[in-house]
Amino acid sequence: MSRIGVFICHCGENISRTVDVERVAAEIGKHPGVAFSTDYKYMCSDPGQTLLKKAIQEQKLTHVVVAACSPRMHEKTFRKAVEAAGLNPFLCEMANIREHCSWVHENMEEATVKAIDIVGMMVERVKKNRVLPTITVPVTKRALVIGGGIAGIQAALDIADCGHEVILVEREPSIGGHMAQLSETFPTLDCSQCIMTPKMVDVANHPKIKLYTHSEIELVEGYIGNFQVTIKKKARSVDEDKCTGCGVCMTKCPQKKIPNKFDQNIGMRTAIYVPFPQAVPNTPVIDRDNCTWFKTGKCSVCQKVCGPGAVDFEQQDCLVVEAVGAIVVATGFDLYSIAEKPKGSPIKGYGEFGHGKIPDVIDGMTFERLASASGPTGGKILRPSDGKEPKQIVFIQCIGSRAREKGISYCSKVCCMYTAKHTMLYHHKVHDGQAYVFFMDARTPGKSYDEFWRRSIEEEEAVYIRGMVSRLYQKGDKIVVMGSDIAVGVQVEIEADMVVLATAIQPQKGADTLAQKLGISYDKYHFYSEAHAKLRPVECATAGIYLAGACQGPKDIPETVSQASAAAAKVMTLFSRDKLEREPIVARVREAGCVGCFACKKVCAYGAVEEKEIRDRQGNLIKVVAYVNPGVCAGCGTCQATCPSKCVELDGYTDEQIIAMIEAL
Amino acid sequence: MNHTTQHSFEPKIIAFVCTWCTYAGADLAGTSRMQYPANVRVLKFPCTGRIDPVFILKAFQQGADGVLVSGCHPGDCHYIAGNFHARRRFAAFRKLLEFIGVDLNRLQFSWVSAAEGGKWVEVVTDLTEKVRAMGPMVEFKELALEEQWSGVIDTPELKEAYNAI
Repeated sequence: MSRIGVFICHCGENISRTVDVERVAAEIGKHPGVAFSTDYKYMCSDPGQTLLKKAIQEQKLTHVVVAACSPRMHEKTFRKAVEAAGLNPFLCEMANIREHCSWVHENMEEATVKAIDIVGMMVERVKKNRVLPTITVPVTKRALVIGGGIAGIQAALDIADCGHEVILVEREPSIGGHMAQLSETFPTLDCSQCIMTPKMVDVANHPKIKLYTHSEIELVEGYIGNFQVTIKKKARSVDEDKCTGCGVCMTKCPQKKIPNKFDQNIGMRTAIYVPFPQAVPNTPVIDRDNCTWFKTGKCSVCQKVCGPGAVDFEQQDCLVVEAVGAIVVATGFDLYSIAEKPKGSPIKGYGEFGHGKIPDVIDGMTFERLASASGPTGGKILRPSDGKEPKQIVFIQCIGSRAREKGISYCSKVCCMYTAKHTMLYHHKVHDGQAYVFFMDARTPGKSYDEFWRRSIEEEEAVYIRGMVSRLYQKGDKIVVMGSDIAVGVQVEIEADMVVLATAIQPQKGADTLAQKLGISYDKYHFYSEAHAKLRPVECATAGIYLAGACQGPKDIPETVSQASAAAAKVMTLFSRDKLEREPIVARVREAGCVGCFACKKVCAYGAVEEKEIRDRQGNLIKVVAYVNPGVCAGCGTCQATCPSKCVELDGYTDEQIIAMIEAL
Repeated sequence: MNHTTQHSFEPKIIAFVCTWCTYAGADLAGTSRMQYPANVRVLKFPCTGRIDPVFILKAFQQGADGVLVSGCHPGDCHYIAGNFHARRRFAAFRKLLEFIGVDLNRLQFSWVSAAEGGKWVEVVTDLTEKVRAMGPMVEFKELALEEQWSGVIDTPELKEAYNAI
């Protein structure tokens, strides 16, 4: 026979104002199975918890119901108190008589009757509660970081500096990401490469970091603390161990006119290449689509000139499996291209801006490469069409961003600031030039950001025009920009030499495919979703997977670095324990009744249901039943509601418990 | 809002909600001190995917006059896809309920997110008033009374039927 203790909280006056708590305590005291029932001003306070613990011991209580606030608020508190008093924490339930009762009703009689019902329901439920042991799973103390931009680099370095092994996977031949492409960074105008490349070298030299560049994630299996990740190493055609990075192959390669993606296709590279001189690792890759040897079977100049004999045309893609305990996703962003309309995307193009057709209409990243000292023009601002210096330059903001009718409603966050920076860089390099900026709003929250923006206007003489551009067209070697100045209320026409579009920030292509491999959720733009927008901003809802950088939403560098360090801290918290404890709210299969239909397996979103063979002593197969891996199970209970033979049970939410609650009403 | 008005009939509403969205939404209604009729009793589930249609039948059988099932908006499920399974399951189940003669107006499905305290109040108030206007749900109660059978063949009708087999 159960001896249930019921503890009713006044919550100061929050509950007792509309619920007659003494009457509830008296009524519930008569309930069968209730051995003890009392009320107290603040149950969650120290004396309240002491009262609870004392009652458990003195009254020899077997189950506890605390009628107070929402279990979302204090369930952990009371379960801990119950555990301290020697009871299994899962024998304690909370009845929510504050958020669901006293706060939403004014009539004392109605609220009190409802409170008695709610507590009665939980009393019936708790009778059916079972002792649940805490589940522990081992933790593999190695982390996987996906993406080698600044977010991935920061997270990898932080985790590795803490003494844990890190696997860093990057899709491109070099780490560095977008930050390596930037010329200077706002709001200090320090050179991006100068602050980025030392970090890249740190990654390459770190004894705890294993770097896979030119590689992609093929498959992710397992669960928090125990992931198995299959990585596809794409064929580099150069043996990484033999290559010394001397670069002779690149100077001798006859294919020299291949647009370099790193330089936004305005600079050229060879078929065997490193994307940029400071690349890490400094091992070239052969671009097989453009290599003469791969196209015609002739050439092989690089192979002939390579001293250590590192060039290997026979190299194949290969798969590597790594065991890790945590995953940091830092896949970053891509710029919205108004030239090409993405297939199947709801986003509509910007045909009226002529990007992709007019060569001197470029995007912000291309401007970065023009302004970069290591860029294709050596840091000179020159028009891609004829190499002349533009004397009138127009920047247009919010291309794609904040345009619901075009399909993207969010603000890309960094464009206001980088455009201000661009006007400054332009003014520093073209002293007699004039920069115009068409903008909707200038959004400059951030330390020293607004000052920086004002400087672009007050000191660097950029002309800001509030309004949007309706059309761009080529007239001779000029681009006519037609727009409106809504502050003055006039139409504006500027004959510009070059136009720079601040195109929207989007997640990397294939972000959705990767999310599906990882089992994490993403929004309609394919930005990854954090577990809680405010309180868990770096964790995914899927345990053991963390987010860093612009893959979660548009971000600038300081924010990205902060989030990467935060993600690393979360990983280190996980790694600080040898075993992982988790709530034992998991599904269990009653094997005797299971008919092996695996309807549960079909509905399980986590792949937690496995097939288990049951054999007799001779080893003959009797039947195949479902088995729920408690490490993977998230405890949603969809399997239980689906099971036609009612042989899966979710601990903590069994049919018995639910029916008992319904019957109590 | 004044809820002190006396009604001739107070319906019993049972709500099956998921813990992540609707339960949190109802909590928000509380913290925002919104007011709604006191007829609803909330049962918390981890996910709407856990809600077995049997529970809805059981609730009607236990004298509920209206049942509310509410979870996360499609695409927002904390457990990736549980609410999709629930949606599909209940689409089929509604047909079955209709077939056995339950007025579908007594059963309400809704999506209430953790941020929609106001929507929770709206949904609960609407359902309560709708069911109040419909009057008590007697079908299941009568059925339950008729079928109070202890397992012993003790009525002449049952004996006759048994012997005829």
